[in-house]
Amino acid sequence: MSIDAYPLVSDWLTPQGDELLIHTGKVDIGQRISTALVRIVQEELALPLSQLDVAAVRTGHAPDEGITSGSNSIEQSGGAVAAAAATLRKHLLDAAINQHGGTPSDWAFEDGYIHRPGTNIRINLFSLAQDLPPDLAIDPDLPRHIPDTLPAPDMRGIADMVTGRFTYLHDIDLPGMWHARRVSPPHVRASLQDIDQAVLDRITGDGLHVVRDGSFLAVTGPGEWAVVKAATRLGLACTWDSGGGLPETDVFAHLAPENAQRFPVVNGTPQNAPVPEPLDAPDLSGRFERPYQMHGALAPSAALAEWTGERLFVKSHSQGIYPLREAIADSLGLATDQIEITHVQGSGCYGHNGADDAACEAACIALAHPNIPILLKWSREDEHAWEPYAPAMAVQVDAKLADGRIAALSAEAHSDTHRGRPRPGPNRAGPAKLLANRFRAEAMAPYIAPPNMGNHAGMHRNLDPVYDIPETRLVKNLVQGLPHRTSAMRCLGAVANIFALESTMDDLARHAGADPIAFRRAHLSDPRALAVLDALEHCLPPVPEGMGRGIAYAQYKNAMTRVGLAIDLAVTDTAEVKLHRVTLVADAGRVIDPDGLQAQLEGGVMQAASWALYEQVTWDRDGITSRDWDSYPVIRFDNVPDFDITLLNHPDQRSVGAGEASPGPTVAAIANGIFAATGLRLRRMPFTPDAITQAALDL
Amino acid sequence: MGACYNVSLSLTINGTRHDITSDPDTPLVYVLRDELKLKGTKLGCGLEQCGACAVMVDGKVVLSCVTPVEVFDGKDITTIEGIAETEIGQRVQQAFIEETAAQCGYCTSGLVVAATALLSENPAPDSATTKAALTPHLCRCGSHPRVLSAIKRAADT
Repeated sequence: MSIDAYPLVSDWLTPQGDELLIHTGKVDIGQRISTALVRIVQEELALPLSQLDVAAVRTGHAPDEGITSGSNSIEQSGGAVAAAAATLRKHLLDAAINQHGGTPSDWAFEDGYIHRPGTNIRINLFSLAQDLPPDLAIDPDLPRHIPDTLPAPDMRGIADMVTGRFTYLHDIDLPGMWHARRVSPPHVRASLQDIDQAVLDRITGDGLHVVRDGSFLAVTGPGEWAVVKAATRLGLACTWDSGGGLPETDVFAHLAPENAQRFPVVNGTPQNAPVPEPLDAPDLSGRFERPYQMHGALAPSAALAEWTGERLFVKSHSQGIYPLREAIADSLGLATDQIEITHVQGSGCYGHNGADDAACEAACIALAHPNIPILLKWSREDEHAWEPYAPAMAVQVDAKLADGRIAALSAEAHSDTHRGRPRPGPNRAGPAKLLANRFRAEAMAPYIAPPNMGNHAGMHRNLDPVYDIPETRLVKNLVQGLPHRTSAMRCLGAVANIFALESTMDDLARHAGADPIAFRRAHLSDPRALAVLDALEHCLPPVPEGMGRGIAYAQYKNAMTRVGLAIDLAVTDTAEVKLHRVTLVADAGRVIDPDGLQAQLEGGVMQAASWALYEQVTWDRDGITSRDWDSYPVIRFDNVPDFDITLLNHPDQRSVGAGEASPGPTVAAIANGIFAATGLRLRRMPFTPDAITQAALDL
Repeated sequence: MGACYNVSLSLTINGTRHDITSDPDTPLVYVLRDELKLKGTKLGCGLEQCGACAVMVDGKVVLSCVTPVEVFDGKDITTIEGIAETEIGQRVQQAFIEETAAQCGYCTSGLVVAATALLSENPAPDSATTKAALTPHLCRCGSHPRVLSAIKRAADT
């Protein structure tokens, strides 16, 4: 945990003048972790917001908290900052008592001061904090101090966002800075054979520069539009060897046990053990599939790099600046401490997108042009065609019923790796996962991930049903050698697994002649899960005429936020799914930032609705064909449902992350809603008009 | 580069006239961001598919990432930086803050511009009209319901 590696108050909180600076290794990617951290310290010390700030997340300065992922930030960074603030509170209180006497209950914290009510003794917290011993250790066991009268915090940065003043990485503009664009190969197997010299000469004649390292190719120079145009010209002047083209594999056919490394999963953890025999004569079977999908950040990836001849300074929107630093150092033959990476916000990323790749590429270009800040931006095509995708998945579910209850359930997940972030590891795993290294002169082979054996990690996240079932058989099938590079996207395997399990729960309920909520309730003994379903049922209005209602329930990683939801939808005459209303109940433990929590749940529903209805990566032998927002459609404002969200607050329970709690059940609820509206069981995302029409024809 | 062109261009941006030195074929968004340092207008796709680059031209929403700057010669352009010059723009910005209608915020500039243009033309749009007006705009964080609430709030204020 964060607090074990960084045990001092000064690792997390440092007074600077009359401001308290919060240090974190978790980066704000629009999920409002910085807002929550400020809130936590504000609660503990009653400081005005104007006296609290969050330090830039920078290697060598920020705590190394690995990757900002898995909805872990509020527990890891939040837990550490809370304990540091509680320790600081006690230290300040002791100091006040030392100077002026009294007992802790004689003192109160208020608006940046500590004072003794009924007296005129008021001490500025920052004058007391001057004497803070740098080696003051965090006491993790101190009780938290949580006033119940604080107004809800405003999201940090929003006032600048609505006025256009918020500075994203893409907006950085330094004196002497050059822009850069990459010239992408047609696909990952292609290699650069030749470039038309006349075009190279023309680009150089225009005062621009071409950087080539093997098949890695980029244009850089002053003036963004000039660089964009030159990159387009240069792309047309290249001859590529197609390397046999992209394999046109039928991925869903390939996602099968015979192509897999197989592991039984017990209590959410894969085992090195034989896989148990399949269920004998299941009453119900279904195979559920998710295509390759992309993070599809609104801003294509970008990075700023400057090489001084001795040190490399990088600004990146990566979610893991410390692992990235090691991977770039290893890639470029630099010492880790020669590199400093600072996180600067990009657009929302929802997992491992092109941010890390862009950082490495910007560094490659910067090394060729010392002392010039290089701002590399990927194009929209680059992002769509080259980001690491969420892997395609297939989940086979078989179940047996007895006396109206589930007697046995088998679930087998098939997927390529969800773990492609450039973490260091054996065989130079860090550099092998950075795209540029596939193309540079000393090219590295594609990274082959070892099976992820962690609890609820990778493809087996939420494979284990959260319900009380006497016999379960769960299998992880790692399938490799598939056409596309894959990595972590919001929820990892939980989306396909919950889609499969909750679709099956609906079918089982119908099979058993039971109401879908009552059937789920009958298989749950966790009182907080039951409370979520009770509240959901209580909130539900009658189903509007002509619509279908889909229900789903899940607890992220079987240990974090519980979400029950119902989606009311209509399927039109042209087989389009129109979302009408989402009723959602969530239990995330103690709620720190209710509006932020609600925003994460809503955003998760919207993104998952987009996955469920619209999104799939397509390709042929010549490359990725879903290269823009027309060929890779996503949800738009014309299909936004109404929302009714209820948060069950448990002030006595730990706060758990919620950024990934709603997407899985959303996909399932939409599938269940389509069934309710049409009687059609959709088992492969996305549920497009074509897919729905085909399902009707297959009946 | 610029030297081979001999065309003089001027734009009125947020009420101020600017003589433009960028090549006339430069899409407007690059002129705004790189020549005029107005970084509030975002580049998201360069294909007029995502709405991040929306500005108002003579009161209408225009996506600025494809059309060359020369097409806008003499036009009156309002960017996100100038939106607060109208009372409607201020109301929209305030409503976005009150509804926390953003997560990463990258789509926000374009949405604030589009919402301001919408309410300037139709002070009380119904939900379907608002959704139709915003459909050219993508938001990948899923702030859509809050954006719709913010526009309703701004209209009702």
